Amino acid sequence: MISNPAAVARDPGVSELKFRDPGRARALSIALGGVVGEIGREPVSVMHVCGSHEQAIARFGLRATLPRALNVIMGPGCPVCITDVPEVDEGVALAGQGVRIATYGDMVKVPGTVMSLADVQAQGAKVDVVYSVTQAVELARRISEPLVFFATGFETTAVATAAAVLQDPPANFFVLSAHKYIPPVMEIVAEMPDTRVEGFLAAGHAATITGWGVFEPFVARHRLPVVVAGFEPLDILAGLVRLAELIRDRRAIVDNMFPRCVTTDGNLRAQEQLWKVFRPIGGRWRGIAHVPNGNLRLRDEWAHLDARRQFDIDLHRLWDHAPAALVQDCICGDIMAGIKSPTDCTLFGRECVPHSPVGACMVSSEGTCKIWHQYGGHPDLGGYGAVCAR
Amino acid sequence: MLSVLDERITLKYGAGGRAMRALIQEVFLDGMTAVCADDEIGPAHMDDGAALRVGDRWLVVTTDSHVIHPVFFPGGDIGRLAVSGTVNDLAVMGATDPLALTCAVIIEEGFARTDLVRIQRSIREACQEAGVAVVTGDTKVMGKGELDGIVLNTTGVAMTGRVVPDSGLRVGDVLIVTGTLGDHGMAIMARRHDLTLDERLQSDVAPLNGLIRAALGAAPDAIVAMKDPTRGGLASALHEMAEKSRVGIIVDETALPVTAPVRAASELLGIDPLHVANEGKAVLGVRPDAAPSVLRALRAHALGREAAIIGQCTDQRIGSVILDTGFGRRLVTEPEGELLPRIC
Amino acid sequence: MCLGVPGKVIDVNGLIATVDFWGVRKQVRLEVVDEPVQPGDYILNHVGYAIRRIPDAEIDATLALYEELLARAESEDDLMAADIRAEIHGAGDDQ
Repeated sequence: MISNPAAVARDPGVSELKFRDPGRARALSIALGGVVGEIGREPVSVMHVCGSHEQAIARFGLRATLPRALNVIMGPGCPVCITDVPEVDEGVALAGQGVRIATYGDMVKVPGTVMSLADVQAQGAKVDVVYSVTQAVELARRISEPLVFFATGFETTAVATAAAVLQDPPANFFVLSAHKYIPPVMEIVAEMPDTRVEGFLAAGHAATITGWGVFEPFVARHRLPVVVAGFEPLDILAGLVRLAELIRDRRAIVDNMFPRCVTTDGNLRAQEQLWKVFRPIGGRWRGIAHVPNGNLRLRDEWAHLDARRQFDIDLHRLWDHAPAALVQDCICGDIMAGIKSPTDCTLFGRECVPHSPVGACMVSSEGTCKIWHQYGGHPDLGGYGAVCAR
Repeated sequence: MLSVLDERITLKYGAGGRAMRALIQEVFLDGMTAVCADDEIGPAHMDDGAALRVGDRWLVVTTDSHVIHPVFFPGGDIGRLAVSGTVNDLAVMGATDPLALTCAVIIEEGFARTDLVRIQRSIREACQEAGVAVVTGDTKVMGKGELDGIVLNTTGVAMTGRVVPDSGLRVGDVLIVTGTLGDHGMAIMARRHDLTLDERLQSDVAPLNGLIRAALGAAPDAIVAMKDPTRGGLASALHEMAEKSRVGIIVDETALPVTAPVRAASELLGIDPLHVANEGKAVLGVRPDAAPSVLRALRAHALGREAAIIGQCTDQRIGSVILDTGFGRRLVTEPEGELLPRIC
Repeated sequence: MCLGVPGKVIDVNGLIATVDFWGVRKQVRLEVVDEPVQPGDYILNHVGYAIRRIPDAEIDATLALYEELLARAESEDDLMAADIRAEIHGAGDDQ
């Protein structure tokens, strides 16, 4: 630790910061090494399906401390990454047609077939970045023109959109839903013939809504353990320790390591609102072909604010300009399924780089390719000990 | 080196990071033969300014255009920003006694006169703090809609006996920041995205020449590199210093001075304080044995009370900046283009 | 699943709560949370909606759970843990 006399006071704030205690984190890292060692095989592969887990792992630099024998794969859990190209195109096309779009910051730079929302904005389209769907509704109230909320994110985020729809938004507010539902894609990954995944770390916040019980049929069917974990460093490390224990002991159960937010049944009130507004349909996830029940669309009762039904979205005009070749070579799907690594991709580091991405895995701060590119290959900073006087 | 693939210039090219550097390299420097002698600092160095030999001293010149919106923000305005930005660019090259500033304004038709007066007052105040005056300028008005409000351009000149470049770091040198990080950018971000965050979020915009003069006075030859971490934040500044100096830099995240409101805003928006602009801070590369006295000199000054040692130079991973998070280690990235709030 | 941020409720006015996140106050909507929320409670916020009330007791229970994990891991193979500690110390990670 660099010693600075009388540094800036940092208030401890919320008790959640107990889950960032470095001492306990180090102890859990050591424990993880021990349990993985006991499994006696290498590598042991586990998968998480949450962009925020990857974000937390990357942000706190946890990969540098994970045991070498443990392979933590990022699965298809980044909602921006798996929003299919035609869906992005719908948003881009609408914006290009002069319709005002509001969306979360995460989605603005994701490339569609031809361009991203940022690109069409540079050409004069109106694209507003919002931090909450409520902000989009408030914006709609203030303007007279139509406002289409390009709704992305998994079920946790879809709940907010549902709540906004149920709160009687103004007549000029529309929703273009690209929301996704996670449980079905875990099935697909588990069923992939090449899959080497031995256990799953499930997203704590999604489970806050759905409950952990939703994973029991999955575990029974595939005989793979699932541990529900939160997002602080201690949560992730403890979740991995527990998962490693279950793999070592060959126990296929669901274990809830995020009890402060997750219960068996979840938040029934939120679920009720979610399914009142949305219905699940099958659809393509970027690079992962068809996911049954993986997409959320507005039910018929809400047709009046469904952008797909109220606007004539002209995709063909957009596709006339499409340089489709690069997108065809993109293997984001295999990477997200944990079957291939970024270095297996012919575009990685060449045509596809963070400042000029082809696939969404390179766009999102959570995408596997983005993180590999930042680390210059497989993340390995384990050699850096304390350089500063501690 | 990156190639500018886009036919049209998009916002990321102005954001202070790699895209902008690539644009400068490939478009603005193309075909420009060396205008400077070997020991001078010219456009190809892409330092904070240029340094030209005049006798046994150096003439340092820098120019900036200011397009910030909103024009008035918590803690300052475009006028204060213009003066501070230019004075600071001179100061971090070692020229802490600015001779003079120019100020050109381009005003959109319909801009309120009272706002213009307010901006001019800020310029005057900031000049007084820095001990410099605006000696000449230019005024233009463009039609409504042809410009967004107002644009200011300032040029500053100063003489100095010693120029401090970006590239002087050696393995073992220590990095010191003069105060808290992310204040300016977060205050702007909150306003721009209409996020009612915290009234305590204030820009840190201020002229730093007095502060840096104090530091240089304490250890004249031991401060070997300096930058002001504006657009692109401390992350961009450290990357540039690491690349130009051909060293690696390790930063101790727990040592970074960040105020509680900025920390809160960064958690809520999913934005890294290292990526956020500062307009009243500098980062200094210092020979290790001189670090304590430089730190003392900084902390003795009103603008340097929160100064802190935040990292050290290494011979590993040349050109990279590594962050020790307290839980592990990761590479510090540079922001790509405009910063946007994340929800995921 | 994303960026769920915990905060402390300062005030409740109908379906809108004023919540403190590390000193910053924001308004959070309560249409979705499945329990009544009062000033002093902690909630998990996601894109402007409270999705869960976090009971204080659960925080301690979770920490206890993690302690239990550690105790179990240590008792199982002390030699292994010692080896790993030695490796980590050797790499300069000595705290």
